[in-house]
Parts: sequence; C-alpha cells; structure tokens
Amino acid sequence: MARPEPILTCEHVWKIFGKNAERIFDGVPSTSEITSEDLRAASLIGAVREATIEVAEGEIFIIMGLSGSGKSTLLRCLSRLIEPTTGVITFEGENLLTKSEKEMIQIRRHKMGMVFQHFALMPHLTVLGNVAFPLEVQGIDRNSRHQKAREVIDLVGLSDRESYYPRELSGGQQQRVGIARSLAVEPKIWFLDEPFSALDPLIRREMQDEFLRIQSVLSKTIVFITHDFNEAIRLADRIAIMKDGAIIQVGTPEELVRTPADSYVEEFTNDLTKSKVFTARSVMAPKDPSLPSGGSVPDSIKIEEIAAEIVASEQPYDVVDAQGNIVGQLAREAVIDVLVGN
Amino acid sequence: MIPAHAIGVYRRNSWLLGWGGAFAVAIVVWLGADWWQWAVKAPKELSWHVEALGSCTSVRYCVTGFMKWMLGNEAYLFPWTFKEFTRAVAACIEMPYQFIRALLSTGFEIPLGNGEIWSIPAVSWIGLTIVTVLFAWRIKDGMLAVIVLLSFLCLVGFGQWESATVTLASIMVAVPIGIVFGVALGILGYRHKRFEQAIMPVLDLMQTVPIFAYLVPVLFMFGFGPVSAITATVIYAMPPMVRITILALHSVPFEIKEFGKMAGCNRRQITWRVLIPSAKPGLMVGVNQVIMLSLNMVIIASMIGAGGLGFDVLASLRRQAIGDGIEAGVAITLIAIVLDRLSQAWAVRGTAHHPSETPRNWFNQYRNTAYALVILLATTAAGFVVPFFSQWPETLELTTGQFWNDLVKWININFFDQLEAFKVFILLNILKPVKLFLLSLPWVVVLLFLAVAGLQLGGWRLAVLVVSLALFILITGQWEKAMITVYLCGISVVFASLIGMTVGVFASRNPVFKKIVIVSIDTLQTLPSFVYLLPVVMLFRVGDFSAMVAVVLYALPPAIRYTLYGIENIHESLVEAAKTSGCTRWQLLSKVQIRLAWPEIMLGVNQTVMFALSMLVITALVGTRDLGQEVYIALTKADVGRGLVAGLSVAFIAIITDRLISAAARRRKAALGL
Repeated sequence: MARPEPILTCEHVWKIFGKNAERIFDGVPSTSEITSEDLRAASLIGAVREATIEVAEGEIFIIMGLSGSGKSTLLRCLSRLIEPTTGVITFEGENLLTKSEKEMIQIRRHKMGMVFQHFALMPHLTVLGNVAFPLEVQGIDRNSRHQKAREVIDLVGLSDRESYYPRELSGGQQQRVGIARSLAVEPKIWFLDEPFSALDPLIRREMQDEFLRIQSVLSKTIVFITHDFNEAIRLADRIAIMKDGAIIQVGTPEELVRTPADSYVEEFTNDLTKSKVFTARSVMAPKDPSLPSGGSVPDSIKIEEIAAEIVASEQPYDVVDAQGNIVGQLAREAVIDVLVGN
Repeated sequence: MIPAHAIGVYRRNSWLLGWGGAFAVAIVVWLGADWWQWAVKAPKELSWHVEALGSCTSVRYCVTGFMKWMLGNEAYLFPWTFKEFTRAVAACIEMPYQFIRALLSTGFEIPLGNGEIWSIPAVSWIGLTIVTVLFAWRIKDGMLAVIVLLSFLCLVGFGQWESATVTLASIMVAVPIGIVFGVALGILGYRHKRFEQAIMPVLDLMQTVPIFAYLVPVLFMFGFGPVSAITATVIYAMPPMVRITILALHSVPFEIKEFGKMAGCNRRQITWRVLIPSAKPGLMVGVNQVIMLSLNMVIIASMIGAGGLGFDVLASLRRQAIGDGIEAGVAITLIAIVLDRLSQAWAVRGTAHHPSETPRNWFNQYRNTAYALVILLATTAAGFVVPFFSQWPETLELTTGQFWNDLVKWININFFDQLEAFKVFILLNILKPVKLFLLSLPWVVVLLFLAVAGLQLGGWRLAVLVVSLALFILITGQWEKAMITVYLCGISVVFASLIGMTVGVFASRNPVFKKIVIVSIDTLQTLPSFVYLLPVVMLFRVGDFSAMVAVVLYALPPAIRYTLYGIENIHESLVEAAKTSGCTRWQLLSKVQIRLAWPEIMLGVNQTVMFALSMLVITALVGTRDLGQEVYIALTKADVGRGLVAGLSVAFIAIITDRLISAAARRRKAALGL
C-alpha cells in the first residue's frame, strides 16, 4: 500500500543534555556510532538518540514510551521548542533547523498547533479569550478572531461556556478548550503531548472518542504522545515505541502485536485484547471455493466487531476488500484463536 | 577506606578541637591581656596618609569625598553632568507629586494673566470616602466597606484628613515607581541569569542596610523635601518587588511558556501577553509588599522632608508630646490597614464569567469609573455651596491628645514605683552585665569564634565571608558601637524568641487562642515600626530599656509565626506515632514537635534578628549609643561617609547572623532528612 508523501520527517535526530554536548560528534563519521557507553563516559545524557521517523499527511502518528523515554523531548524537537543537538527535521520539504527565529514564529503561528498535558490555559482569559489568543498574537482583528474562535469552540462542544474562566471548568472541559485553541489557527500539523493523561479514566475514554470524532471531521496530520499503550492502539494509524531515547520499533498497531521487535515491545502487547487490534484481513485464510459462505465482512473490520456473528455461524465468512472482491475467508476457529489470545 | 561511623567520629572530634582551640586562645588572650593590649582593645579607625592631599584619609572620608565629587561639575553621566541628572530625576518625581497633592489636599491655584488667581479646590473628602467605600464593596464585601468607612471617618473626625492626604499623595507617587522599576528589574533578572546573580547581593544589602543610612546620600543628592523622601521610600520598598517578580515569573508553569512559543509569540508578546498575566497573583503579593513598606517608611521619610502624618508623629516624639503623636500614629496605621486590605482583596478578586451577555461598549466597560468620577465632581462642586463638603467643621473635630497625656500622667503617678523597679531590675541584672561582657571581649577572640562557627556550619567560604565582614567593622573603627548593637539586639532577640516560641507552642494547641494570635500578629505587622516607640517612651522614657522593649515588641511576630508554622507542618502521622507510643503531652512537645520544628524555629529566630536590627536603628531616637545612633547623627549632619560606613556595619552584622543561622538550619534540615 503506497503511503502519501511524508509531511514531517526527522532523520538521525539527537538531543543530548550536558556540557559541550555537540562535541561528542566531533570526528565521528556517522552519528549512529555513538553508544550509551560513549555518552556515559562524557557524562552526558542522551534524551533522544538517533531518532528517525516519517509522518504522512493525514495520519495519526503516536509516539509511545514510558516516562523518561524521551518522547516529549522528541516532540519538542519537532517543533523546535527544544533545539536538537544534531539531525535533520523537514516540514513540508524544508529543513526546519535552518529557519531563523522569525521564520519559526511564522511557521508556528500558521502551521502548527499543540495541546499540552496540563492544558496550559491562561488563567486570566476566558474560554473565548484563550481560544482566540493564537489569532490575537498574529494581529487579527477582534471580530474575525472571535468568529473563528467561536467556530472551534463549537466544534469541541463548549459554546455555552465561552465566557467562563479556566478555573470554572472541569479537567475534561479545560482540555477541550486546549484542543479548540490549538485548532484555531487551522494548523497543518497538530501536536498533542499526553493530552488525556491528566484526566480520570472515564473522562479519558470520552475524550478519546471526542478526539476521533474531531479527527474524522478535520483529517489533520497528527503527532500524538502517550505513555498508555492501550490509548496508542486505540487511536493510532502508526506507533513509534521509544525506550531510553531511542526508537525501538515503528509500525501499525497490528504489526507491533504480530511481530514485536523485541521483548520490551512484546511486554506491552501481552495484556492486550488481540481482537481489538486484528482485522479480518490479518487472520483470514485463502478462499476455499468448495465451502459454502455464511456471509461477508469487510477486510478492514476489527475481529472484535464481527466475532459474535462468525462464532455463531457454521460456515466461514467471505472477506471482501473495498472494491467488493473476495480476498479470503474467515472461519470460526480462526476467530476463536484470536479471542483466546493465541 | 575509612568506615562511615569513623568519619562521623573524626568530624565530631575535629570540631571539638576547633572550638576547644578557640576557647584556649580566648583564655590565653584574657590572661595575657596586659601584654597584648592590641588583641583586646579594638583599634581606632584605619586611616592612611595621602601625599596628594597632604592629610590622612579613611574609608568614610573617601565616601564623602566621592559624593562631593559626583555632585560637583566634573562627574559626567554622558551627556549630562551628574548634577543635571539628579535634577531631571527630581523633576520627574516632583511634578506628579505636586499634582496629586494639589488634587487631594491643597487644591490648584492657577494664576491668570491679569494677576488674579483661579483656584480649584481639592477633591471633597465626602466624595473620596464614598468612592473608596464603594470600591471596597465591589471588590470584596460589605465588611471591608465598613472598615474603610470607619477608618476614613476616624481620619476626618480626628482632624487628620489634611496630613493624611499629603501622606497619601507621596505614597501614590512612590508605589507606582517602585512597582514599575521592581517589575522591570525583575524581568531583566528573569531573562538574564547573570543579571540576577549580580543584582541579588545588591538587594540583600538594600534590605539589610538600615533605612537611615541611605537617607544620607539621598539627602545629599536631592536636598530636603518630598523628592528625597519619595526616592528613599522607593529604594526601601522596591527590593521585594524585584525578588517576587523573578520568583513569580519562574513559577509560571513550563507548559504555559511553551504554549506561548507554539502560538507564535515573539519575545515581547511572551513577556507581556503570556508571562506577566499568568504570574499576576504572585506579582500582586509584591504590590502589597511595596505598599506596606512604603507606609512603613512614612515617618522615617519625614526626617528628610516628607511632611504629612509622618512629620506629625516625628514632631510630637521630639517634643515628647505623646498625645498628639498617638493620633497621627493611629492615622498612619488606619491608612496601612485600609491599603493592605484593599490591595489584598484586589489581588484575589475572583475572575468569574458574567452571567448575562452585556453589550460590549465604551460605557459598559468604564461604567464604574464614570460613576466614581461623577461622585467626585459632584461632591467637590457641592463644596462651593455647602462648606461641609469641602472641609469637616473644626468645631466637630475630636481630639484624644489630652486624654492620652492625662493617662500617661496618671500611670506615672500611680505606677511609677512598680515600672521603675521593673526597669531597674532588668537594667542592672541583665542589660548592664551583658553589655560589659561584650565590650570586654577581645576582638581577636570574636573573629576566631566567628571563623570556627563559619567553618563548621558552612565551610571555608562562609568562614571567609563572616570574618571579612567583621573585619570591615573593625577597620572602620566601629567595633565598640557594633558591640553595643550586638548586645541590645541579642538580648531583645532572646526575649522575643522566648516569648514568641511560648506563644507559638500554646497557639499550636488551642485553635481559639491561635486565631487571636494570628489576628494580633497580622495587625502588629501592619503597624509602622515607629508607632511602637510611642507607648514605650510614654511608660519608660528614653534609654536602653525602652529601646529593648520596642525592639522586642517589633520582633515578636516572626518568632511566633515560624514556631507555629514549624509545629503545624509536622506530618500528622509522626504525631500519631508518638501518641500511640504513649507520649504524654509534654513528651510529645519536647521529644517530637520541638525537635522536628527546630529548623523552622531557627529561621524564625533569624527573621527576629533581622526585624530587631531594623528596629534598633530607629530606637536611636530614644537615645541608644550604638551604630543606629551613629547613623542618626550622620543624618542630622548630612555626613555621607559616616552614615554609610555605620549603615554598612549594621548590614554586615545582619548578614553575618543571617548566613550563620541559615547554614545551621540547612544542616539541621538535611540531618532530619526534611
């Protein structure tokens, strides 16, 4: 399957903290040769090491890692909130790292939006004022910016709260404001830094649904950070797993579960309900024309959604692709295997 | 390798050795006092001969000479001379001050070309009272409105309105200047680490040098008058604003700063649109501090020409006419309370959404301001017709001056013996012996002890610091006066700490008592330091004893506050653990609470020392013979060098104590793992 052109890429990006961090690369032919021992010897800390990712237009790209894995640092390198020590970051085909301060301000004003873990709402502004703030600093006049702000407030379902102050809102509502604010400038790329981690589990679930709903309307290119593997599986088109500053594996949720790169990744996938990850296509067998068909299911559907129907049926189901061609068949036994977790 | 416990033993032994050695030297010096006079008696001021001048010079002459040179016509602050520069500054302060004073107090007099004068009266007291009361009501509640109303009526009723408005005018000029400069320096300090590091010691000095000391150079530059007074007030009131600004900006959540960047703010927008508004609650604490410190300065500033209420207090203190002074003192206190409560209410004023959509236009936005203006204009205009509106009739003025004077007389007639006996007892048994002991201490021994304490508590850096600060006092010939300062301050601190800790401990056990204590110390702390002198002088007249009582009263609040805070902050589970182990109440207190609260209590003692020193200088007015007196004399003679050297000496005593006690508290805290 050909993916669309990447809109944001980062190649061999390092972020090293410590004195004279950039000197460690002096005289080294390729940055990938630096090891953790080298860093330790120079008493430096490698927050991001040799990170290379490509984010395609319109996809939800999730960076997953535990705390201290460097995922937030990597995200901040992508928007140059943190200056990478070395590497190349391209956005819409241009190298971000060669941009001047002024150019970066313009790019952030018009093309980037970011949602923060602890909302980062300004306490002295109302919901409307907060959402309109990014437009205000661009110098857009009051009426137009309020009109635009009201549109996005409407999108996140807070129209009745626009004159409230942040401290008058619940956590979930505050993050809706954060989301609305980051969308007000209609960004090309949308960064979300653990947007739902500070929320209660029930609210988190609701916000994830809300997030998917908004994404289905807007189809943004998204880089999303989380430490919650289930959240990543639920929302992602593709996931990058980070550990100790390095990216261990990049793949679709299904690829991660099917072929984990190492035991660390496998550890995460163990507790997972596989039927939520696997699609009909990935567990189907080749079509045996001799068997009668019990019905048909689309190839991209998750096993979870069709399990009950197929298990109840004597005959295997046909799996059809988007064009209506039969690409395989799905038998009761295969579904049961997935359900019990084999 | 040496085992850990052996290191502990080694350390303890080495300290025993250090202190033992110091004591041994002390005894040797004491025994050999007759031979080593130089080591016992502090040397005279260090001076050296300068060929060019053909005379001797010393630190303080250098300072005075430098000051004179600055104000001569040779010192250039490109492109102006220093003198032109000070004149420009003076004009910038003078103009708004004269305007506000005319507006509030004296009225405007505009000469018309033909020799006639067109006079506009000052704002009516009724108008100002109504507007302030309504303002209080709007930002807080009816209670605050009542407090404001009663305070204003007191000011008017006791005939203090005119002086009060003069005082208010200088506060209204000093406070905004202090805030603007404080915030500006704070932002610079926040942005540039280097600048912060450079400015911090200066702020330390500004806050520890006694106020009197910088009155002298200010007087030298701007002459006697309101400009000097306001300048000194700003210097005194600004440092906390700088500190609080830096702190508040640093404590803006990291994500909010990042958001500012992600929204595409440039540097200016990040500072003014993101950081400053987000830090506002913290900044408002600083504003409150500036207001309170400016008010604290009111009386002292009147020594160099502030006028108003401060001048009234000072004049009555000099005449020993206590009655008149008390009314003016109470008036200052009332203004302090009103401004304190108003600024605090303004700071926490809840921002809540407006329930109904009011159309946004000019009138709705400034409606309240418009109403206020109408009230002020109407009442002032009414003054043309009804004199009552422009001035409270003198026949209705109350005065309590006679009452206070009579009360003092009555107390002195009836209780003279008891008061005198108490005073003499303390003087003879505590004050005198301590004073003699400290004065007889050889300076070599004092320096040695300071060095050992510094080494033990904070390492060689601290030792070098405290010894060199003490050396400054020695070589500028201030040793004896410094010792008197140490003696008065030390005794006062001991008394204040003992009383403070006792009260603090009791307050921690009884919620009702605690409430009373907290309200009392809050009120005590809004009183300008001078006000403490009045009742003390009334009862005990001038002298060391009166000074001590005033200092103890002034330094009490921090001792109470920190003790209470320390005990209350002990984790509940520790107290429960002690109780389940079967501690009696006394055991709980002595074995658990006091021990764990000890670092906090030490910080309280530290604050008590700072408060005591700042008050001690003021007690020079009631006739002490310490460094404070030296500064005061320098002030009356406008002798910059003498004033600064003595002032710095007081500051250095404060810094030595502060660094030693803080280091001790830190060590203790670390040892307890807090």
